[in-house]
Amino acid sequence: MVQSVVERSVPVEDAPLRAEYIKAFRGMLLARVLDDKFASLYRGGKIHGGVYLGRGQEALSVSVGLALRPGDVFAPLIRDGAGRLAFGESILDAVRTYLGSVLGPMRARDGNVHRGRPLTGLLPMLSHLGAMVPVVNGVLLGHRFKGIRETVGATCLGEGGTSTGAFHEALNQAAVEQLPLVLVIANNQYAYSTPSSRQFACHSLVDKAIGYGVRGHSLEGNDLEACLTVVGDAVARARRGEGPQLVVARLLRLCGHGEHDDASYIDPALKSAPFARDCLRLAEERVLAAGWMSPREVELWRAECVQKVEEAVAQVQREPGPDPYAEDWCALASRHLSEGYHGA
Amino acid sequence: MSITYLEAIRAAQGKALADDPRVFIYGQDVGAFGGAFKATKNLSQEFPGRVLDAPISEDAIVGAAIGAAVAGMRPIVEMQFADFSTIGFNQIVNHAGAYHWRTNVPCPITIRLPGGGTSGGGPFHSQSLEAIYAHFPGVVVMTPATVEDAYSMLLDAVAIDDPVIFFEHKFLYYHLKAEKLPTEAMPTGKARIARPGRDMTIVAYSAMVHEALAAAEELAAERVEIEVVDLRTVKPLDTDTIMASVARTGRLLCVGEAWPYGGVTAEVLARVATEGFDLLDAPPQRLNAKDTPVPYHPTLWAAHRPTARSIAVAARNLLRL
Ligand SMILES: Cc1ncc(C[n+]2csc(CCOP(=O)(O)OP(=O)(O)O)c2C)c(N)n1
Repeated sequence: MVQSVVERSVPVEDAPLRAEYIKAFRGMLLARVLDDKFASLYRGGKIHGGVYLGRGQEALSVSVGLALRPGDVFAPLIRDGAGRLAFGESILDAVRTYLGSVLGPMRARDGNVHRGRPLTGLLPMLSHLGAMVPVVNGVLLGHRFKGIRETVGATCLGEGGTSTGAFHEALNQAAVEQLPLVLVIANNQYAYSTPSSRQFACHSLVDKAIGYGVRGHSLEGNDLEACLTVVGDAVARARRGEGPQLVVARLLRLCGHGEHDDASYIDPALKSAPFARDCLRLAEERVLAAGWMSPREVELWRAECVQKVEEAVAQVQREPGPDPYAEDWCALASRHLSEGYHGA
Repeated sequence: MSITYLEAIRAAQGKALADDPRVFIYGQDVGAFGGAFKATKNLSQEFPGRVLDAPISEDAIVGAAIGAAVAGMRPIVEMQFADFSTIGFNQIVNHAGAYHWRTNVPCPITIRLPGGGTSGGGPFHSQSLEAIYAHFPGVVVMTPATVEDAYSMLLDAVAIDDPVIFFEHKFLYYHLKAEKLPTEAMPTGKARIARPGRDMTIVAYSAMVHEALAAAEELAAERVEIEVVDLRTVKPLDTDTIMASVARTGRLLCVGEAWPYGGVTAEVLARVATEGFDLLDAPPQRLNAKDTPVPYHPTLWAAHRPTARSIAVAARNLLRL
């Protein structure tokens, strides 16, 4: 047998993982390239408002997006660029929202990570942490009422978001109603500048699962295989009718809270922990070591990602921004009930 | 046969459930028990699976209603008391209120707030919170004062493609009766002349309409003709009807059971003063509850909120200005 063929062949049991892993790795890389572009646009003063990246959380996030399918509902949070793309959000939607194009889904009325298309199952996040969890529950209740079966609702939170009343109310609500909710917690050690030790006092957040009567899963969030397996299992269980699933991943945020933040508060000792290693680099090492992609294939894909992102940015930069004179300034869907009174 | 304000609310929900498969009811104790005030009595039996008992989680209740609405349902949320809606405030004002404007997807939810004072209710079972909801864009705030409006406006609330705060007054639940349910109604957003008169306009809403009508009756004996305007919805606010009435009478007194700072009475006065200053023969006045929490004891409570008597006093004072 020719050596190169042996090198590229895969043991039978690896075949499904390999395909999924490569797809996930590609998605992670695209998300990283897109995030890097947003960071550079921000530094160049091209973005109004904040920029929030998912650097270091792509493995976990992409696994959520990939485990879902059309008809499911997904409420991504701050650091879910990878999950969004995997769920089907377009690069254009992301760029248009960050650059304030009226052609984007939020029409320049809302910005950055607060974007989505509810009718395709991608819910635009409310800033208020925890607030998306009951809304996902509600969509799933709606599906139940309408007889739509085997859909799953997923949403993500940081460990900081678990301290909210909304988190508690909604996870309990999902458990009472036995909803197919998958709640993914990225414990990235800091909520803005606040370390986990000031956020919660339990040994691990996954210990909360038993208190709510839901199944808990925990994993290292920078291990793509673990993310695919564990998140995939959680989603499959929810889909099978096993009720809410709480997934808790340990990782480190490899960027500031936003691009305005130098994250100087991060304990240097944490940065050398195994869970602090960059998930994208680990995944790249794995695809190369296993021979699932050649270095050239990786570089080609990286170049393709850059091209896709650059094209989208170039297109959006030519698009119109909002026109206050064309804006209808009407908050109601029922226009006949709008007073049109603005106090002037 | 007569029907109470509370029965009208129950009947409207029954009709909404019967007419529209997208409607469901979600709230604490609303199922087999029929609700703390029995506003959903028998509905869970009549509509199995569509009247859901909720955990004591107002934030999650409203959040779930928003999600269900986005999924195509028409949820009716019952808050056990208006006072507890503050726990769901974030979802109501920030999420539901902004939903359509942000996403172009409507968020049709009806949130029933049993509110207002009753004797013995005390600080946290008596509040009138219409103004804080009306302050936010993207919500409709209804304050029905009659049995007929309680029925037809609740049906309207469910049909409207926006979040509706349906502020139903607990004092009116049993006190107010009508012969039968209405078959037609004034459109939502239009105020009603509850009593015509030419000497003064009293603008009121919810339970205060009845206090104002009683005061008008009292002053009629003194040959003063008071026009009482029932706002029906505080948002939208029917400024046209208010302005037309003030144009006829030249005097305005606005009465609300809520606290004085900001609020509906302040809004009405501000609009009349800025847009109808030349219609006024005297400075516009308002009467509200005192700026303290709502007292428990009936003697204190009666002195805390406007009553027919205090409205009549304020009206006489205004006539002298
Ligand atoms: C209810 C609420 N309070 C405060 C904030 C401001 N805020 C935005 S992000 C953030 C930190 C979030 O930390 P975490 O939930 O751990 O997520 P991470 O940023 O680490 O991904 C805070 C405090 C908010 N968005 N919502």
